[in-house]
Amino acid sequence: MSGLSINNISMRFDLPNGSSVQALKNVSLDLRPGELMSVLGPSGCGKTTLLNIVAGFLAPTEGQIELNGQRVTGPSAERGMVFQQGALFEWMSVRENVGFGPRMKGADKVETRKKVDDLLDIVGLGDFKEKAVYELSGGMQQRVALARCLANDPDVILMDEPLGALDALTREKMQSLVLKLWKETGKTIILITHSVEEALLLGERLLVMAPRPGRIHREYRLPFADLGVGQDLREVKKHPDYARTREEILSMIWDMEEEIMGRSEEAQ
Amino acid sequence: MNVLSLLINELVDITILFVTSLPYFAVYIGIILATLGIWRMVKRLLTPKKDFGSLKTVTFGDESAVSSNFVASVVSIVLIFLIWGAFTGSKMIPSFLHVPGAFTGEISFTYTAENADGVSDQADVLIVVHELGQDPFVPDMADGDGWAKNDVMAVQAYRSKLLLWDKNDKFDRKSGAKITEINGQPVAEGGEVEIGNARIAVTDKGTINVVPATGWQMEPIWLPAPENVFVNRFGQIWSEGYKNYSLGEHLGYSLFRVVVGFLFGALIGIPLGYAMGLNDWFRGWFDPIVEFMRPVPPLALIPLIIIWFGIGEVGKVILLTLAALWIMTIAARAGVSGVRISKVHAAYSLGASKWQIMRFVIIPNSLPEIFTGARVAMGVCWGTVVAAELVAAEKGIGMMIMTASKFQQTDIVILGIVMIGIIGFGIDMFVRWMERVMVPWKGRG
Repeated sequence: MSGLSINNISMRFDLPNGSSVQALKNVSLDLRPGELMSVLGPSGCGKTTLLNIVAGFLAPTEGQIELNGQRVTGPSAERGMVFQQGALFEWMSVRENVGFGPRMKGADKVETRKKVDDLLDIVGLGDFKEKAVYELSGGMQQRVALARCLANDPDVILMDEPLGALDALTREKMQSLVLKLWKETGKTIILITHSVEEALLLGERLLVMAPRPGRIHREYRLPFADLGVGQDLREVKKHPDYARTREEILSMIWDMEEEIMGRSEEAQ
Repeated sequence: MNVLSLLINELVDITILFVTSLPYFAVYIGIILATLGIWRMVKRLLTPKKDFGSLKTVTFGDESAVSSNFVASVVSIVLIFLIWGAFTGSKMIPSFLHVPGAFTGEISFTYTAENADGVSDQADVLIVVHELGQDPFVPDMADGDGWAKNDVMAVQAYRSKLLLWDKNDKFDRKSGAKITEINGQPVAEGGEVEIGNARIAVTDKGTINVVPATGWQMEPIWLPAPENVFVNRFGQIWSEGYKNYSLGEHLGYSLFRVVVGFLFGALIGIPLGYAMGLNDWFRGWFDPIVEFMRPVPPLALIPLIIIWFGIGEVGKVILLTLAALWIMTIAARAGVSGVRISKVHAAYSLGASKWQIMRFVIIPNSLPEIFTGARVAMGVCWGTVVAAELVAAEKGIGMMIMTASKFQQTDIVILGIVMIGIIGFGIDMFVRWMERVMVPWKGRG
């Protein structure tokens, strides 16, 4: 079977005081190649844990992940990851950062260089190839991170709040860029975010997760990502379904947060 | 007397010294403030234009508004040499800046003595106070009248000398003669009289102690003039060397020990630190050793090192290796532990193997910490080598100042201290420069 399948994943952490936390419970999910899925949920719903399990950084206590029929047992180049920030290598130039993956594989240097330069042109950093990454702004650094991930040609790209640290304007530009890259490369993408708007815009499928234990609460299939490709995202936001869905999801998450607060007040 | 009251006595002595020195510090601070005021005025006249800094209304508490003032640094250094020169009678500064020096020249006074029978007589005394190393001209003097005869004596500046006034007199102290007056002022045994440029004391044994005025200047064996240190003595040691070794050899041996000791310490310490940062077994194994050895000052190891390895190069290098080892180990360990997990995760997701992560992520990521450690370690090594040479060595800058101090060659001691300071500063600048070149991303990740 091709694509990514998440089979009945549960994750329990044992705490030092003897109790345990159920971070995820019976999460199942299938992604076809080329699907773009955004994941949304209140703090502590296990979004990042799920992503780390898919990436292979954590082994689930139950269940398993398969990519193209192969069981996931650890991190590998098939599943690229884009972090919020601080995951670039400051001791390398922009070009060296982007060429890191091919270099680790021992790919041909001339080919790699061409590929890297093309990717940097695509993400709009053609003039910054020789710069040190710490000389770039936050938005540019995330462009480098995207290019670095793409240079490795992974089957799945996992994004852990990649735009979370950016200002609103830069964020909007980057959202367009993510959509463009998704359409042009046809990669499977899972994107975690705290922003409902971002989840709506960058999700063919939108997964709302609920906490305690972390589980899938609801799934949407949305047209906005396809509409947004090559479009002004502000136009997409005028779509009548957009505001309605946004309100629905916001109140859903609001209720969850309320419930968490109420529960902790009761506990006191 | 118990320990507590002894300690309290010590504390009282220290406090008195501290309080009595306060006026001098106050004068120094006064000079700084006066210079500041003058500089402010000059600056206001010179630069009426407004730069960005001068437009800030809040500067007190704004860290970025405070940078080291170059003029103040220059004034600070010049002032040190001025004070040094003024209190040593330096020929580098005009003599009107000198504080009063020790008296040289002739002092004369008259003493009145009384013999056992109560017969008084007067005699004149001429004292010639001469500078160190000069052969004084001592004039002859007639004996004079009466039973007490006139005396002549030469005294070196900054020294005192006993005058055996009865040596040439008809009645001496054994026969009961004693001093009753100096220059007409009555004085008993144990008393003293101030005359123009000297203090004349009568000792308990009845002799006269002549103490010429010393003024405010320092005697060269306490503090030599700057030109004696940096021109005369430096020139002499530069061309002749000191105790069978040239100045270059003394400095070279000290530096050699530091560099070799540091390199061995880094060579062992960095891999050890990496192992401790990456593996729980290594961390558990070496944690007790490192945490125990780190607070032990390397100086405390000197006696043991001398017992085991003697005073040659091997012992010195081992001592400095130990001095650098723990610092470098801890720096490397901190460098490894400080790597952001997202960088490691990113590298794994990009297909890197463990070895590649080590080579391309962990080692470069630890370099800033290692350079910080290297700066500290080089400083400690430099301090330790000087101390080790003070204790026992055949050559080296520390040995030079220690030997010189035993011969009261204060100028060599000061020269050595200045060179130790300059080289220590140079080492630090060198490591900082290396840091800038090799880890330009430091603090910007």
